[in-house]
Amino acid sequence: MERKLPKKLNFVLTLLFILFVAFLLYLANEKLDEYMLRVVRLIAIYGVMAVSLNLINGITGIFSLGHAGFILVGAYTSALLTLSPEQKMMSFIIEPIVPWLANVHTDFLTATLAGGALSALFAFLIGWPVLRLSGDYLAIASLGFAEVIRIFALNAISITNGPLGLKGIPEYSSIWWCYGWLFVTVIFVASLVNSSYGRALKAIREDRVAAEVMGINVFKHQLISFVVGAFFAGVSGALYAHWLTTIDPRATTLGPMLTFYVLIMIVLGGLGSISGSLIGAALFAILFEWLRDLEEPFVLFGMRVPGIKGMRTLVISVIFILVMIFWQRGIMGREELTWNNIYRWLKRRGESG
Amino acid sequence: MTFFLQNFFNGIMLGGLYALIAVGYSMVYGILRLINFAHGDVMMMGVYFAYYSAVVFSLNPILSFTVAVLGAAALGFLIDRVAYKPLRKAPRISALITAIGVSFFLENLAVVIFGAIPKSFLDVFKDKSILEKTITVADARIPLLTFLVIIVTFAMFSVLFFVVYKTKIGMAMRAIAADIPTTSLMGVNVDNVIGFTFALGSALAAAGGIMWAMRFPNVHPYMGFVPGLKAFIAAVFGGIGSISGAVLGGILLGMIEIFLAAYFPSVMGYRDAFAFIILITVLLVKPSGLLGKKAIEKV
Amino acid sequence: MTSPTLDLSKKPILILDRVTMQFGGLVAVDDFTAEIRQGELVGLIGPNGAGKTTVFNLITGIYHPTKGKIVFDGIDITPLKPHQITHLGIARTFQNIRLFSDMTVLENVLVAQHHKFTNPDADRILKINGKSVKRMANFWFWRSVLKVGYLKFEKEMVSKAKELIEKLGLSKFMHEKASALPYGDQRKLEIARALATDPKLLLLDEPAAGMNPKETEDLMRFIERVREEFDLTIFLIEHDMKVVMGICERIIVMDYGRIIAEGTPKEIQNNPKVIEAYLGREWEGV
Repeated sequence: MERKLPKKLNFVLTLLFILFVAFLLYLANEKLDEYMLRVVRLIAIYGVMAVSLNLINGITGIFSLGHAGFILVGAYTSALLTLSPEQKMMSFIIEPIVPWLANVHTDFLTATLAGGALSALFAFLIGWPVLRLSGDYLAIASLGFAEVIRIFALNAISITNGPLGLKGIPEYSSIWWCYGWLFVTVIFVASLVNSSYGRALKAIREDRVAAEVMGINVFKHQLISFVVGAFFAGVSGALYAHWLTTIDPRATTLGPMLTFYVLIMIVLGGLGSISGSLIGAALFAILFEWLRDLEEPFVLFGMRVPGIKGMRTLVISVIFILVMIFWQRGIMGREELTWNNIYRWLKRRGESG
Repeated sequence: MTFFLQNFFNGIMLGGLYALIAVGYSMVYGILRLINFAHGDVMMMGVYFAYYSAVVFSLNPILSFTVAVLGAAALGFLIDRVAYKPLRKAPRISALITAIGVSFFLENLAVVIFGAIPKSFLDVFKDKSILEKTITVADARIPLLTFLVIIVTFAMFSVLFFVVYKTKIGMAMRAIAADIPTTSLMGVNVDNVIGFTFALGSALAAAGGIMWAMRFPNVHPYMGFVPGLKAFIAAVFGGIGSISGAVLGGILLGMIEIFLAAYFPSVMGYRDAFAFIILITVLLVKPSGLLGKKAIEKV
Repeated sequence: MTSPTLDLSKKPILILDRVTMQFGGLVAVDDFTAEIRQGELVGLIGPNGAGKTTVFNLITGIYHPTKGKIVFDGIDITPLKPHQITHLGIARTFQNIRLFSDMTVLENVLVAQHHKFTNPDADRILKINGKSVKRMANFWFWRSVLKVGYLKFEKEMVSKAKELIEKLGLSKFMHEKASALPYGDQRKLEIARALATDPKLLLLDEPAAGMNPKETEDLMRFIERVREEFDLTIFLIEHDMKVVMGICERIIVMDYGRIIAEGTPKEIQNNPKVIEAYLGREWEGV
């Protein structure tokens, strides 16, 4: 029998929760030191990346490995719009910047939206050929496209400044922008998933052919999911660029490695769960920072252990493999952290205790 | 003519290298329907094994080569045993994601053990003069190394075809590619044969990688990613699951890349992108590849 | 060949005209010509591998015929995609149950209604052919996300779904995952899901597979009731002769991709070609 909390209670709890989080963010902004605050902001950025990838991979079942490409598009687009014409003129020393980009200068919101929109456009174009492929091939094809985007970034020097990348990007990604966008992303995606569309996407994940036979235009719905996911990936790219303040197209942090990181987040949190993605993103960010200590010399049982570079990503990859082998469903599985579920979980605990 | 010949030999060499790596992908996919993302990284480890054998343990080049190839084979077998075997019954996506994890793991392991700073494979050769020697073919000076690579590649493929078509274990491999449950009912130890397939593919990839490193001596932990990806594209191009397809696809891809770069030098930087364009085109026009069979999905 | 009980006053709702399906060298369906009339209950039988499911796959657009035409309700559906054909009014169940395992019973039935709201390409086809369009609103994507003018449709869908689930006796499983249901109830859910698409023609692929005699009897009554209540035409594939002879008004018999006989149950039972086809092969059920 389905025990549901009354709708009004649900709404009030959610509202209180949001206010509580806002309050925590305010405190964080005031009290935390620079370094910790950076991590807190990064959690939100990772959150947007994770939730958007989860929509594509976890909920719709499209095994896309091209997320880093969309993030990169968002990063470049937004940065090229927020950098002042003077900065652009000074940075583009190999080849001058194309005239139609030279004098554009907008605010952060417009730049972020532009980043998302351009990513969405790319996704729309890439989706046409790629989404017709089956699972494994789709993965490689999407990875391929992400690589092509990176190659383009390295070579279209008059647009992206090639291997020199972009520097001096204003650090607009404040805690409010990051969490504001995270909020928008979660609300949008959750609302989509909790609708007939969401059911259709899940049906596609369960059984493509049966979904098609039930009247669902599988291709169109996959494309919608892909484009929406890419839009928010672009947004996360914009936030990321204005958190990093530089874009280096040769760095591993913006290449396929980034897609793998986001994949780890959503697998760890539970493939198919929005709240799981958020938990995964937070865990990953914290774990990643905490493991940074492994790369510096530390003391273990009274002995001095030298720090090894690259140790933390190694540990993360081991954790990832272990999760895949022994705990595929991840933390949340496909369930969500709703008030109803928490209530039921508490009830069950109460009954057995 | 000279220009053409030089590029022709380069194309065959590069194509042969792609083919050596592609074969591993094809064999594993033919049996497990799994894209072994870690394949390119096993190749990378093989190159490092060779490097360390020669530079640190001062083994002569041929011994280093052998040690490295065997080491890579063992690594391939181990990866299958530890990471892929537990997931034989799991959904395909899980195995695929795990393969990505293994790839990730190997790259980072290399960073930790060998360091992220690139090394030069030329250090392997105590006597660097061998690298300078050339042979003249109709006015074109082709490096001796190129011929060496082509010959060794050819030899390795001969061994491969012999194993696959003339030995019992090769027959077992082909049987498993067709039907796993039936083969296991016939008394074949499926897991061991699968492990052997991984080992064989890894050995070939390592051989390819080592020869690649002789030509492009920049050795670093991420060196397997792009060649691995391209080799996979070559395998798909030729027909995934088919060994001859992998060879054909590899050679064609190598030739196309070399000639494209030679006759259109302005698109140098975009060279890598061509492979992906080929991939998309193949997947849309003839997904089963040049030599593959069309698979009908049974509803 | 016309059968004496064929009611020529009823118009044909589905026409298969010389439909042939060839997979490389294999001809799975060969020159299949048949008519199904409005309101009929027709059976499709034949030995294993005769091509029956392939015919269903052709009708529902999963395969496109190598030769021939398929016309449904006056519209040529031969080139159409499965989701469009469903929107036009053909629903089916599968031989091996293909439920959305990780979704609840309610969700399975709700998903089958999604097509009514967002199928512009199929709506265009309906319009061109002078039929009424089923679309209930525009801008479905944005309505769903912003929840503007959406909730009342959701309510409608849910009440329709619940009604259907109740009618099929699956209420107690309402919020259970489809994979958790016992076999017989899973089959019922398949049918409920198909009915939820609001079809005119229902294709049932071996609905009685794996059922015991009592369940089979219930199923037979159920199929007849469903036809009455939802004003359907039913075309079914079955191996269980009790079902076929019991409820089908007309039977089409296939072997090796071709139609070898057609007629009432009585005529088919005594048809020497049919008997030969079955006895000449290993086949369970007769």
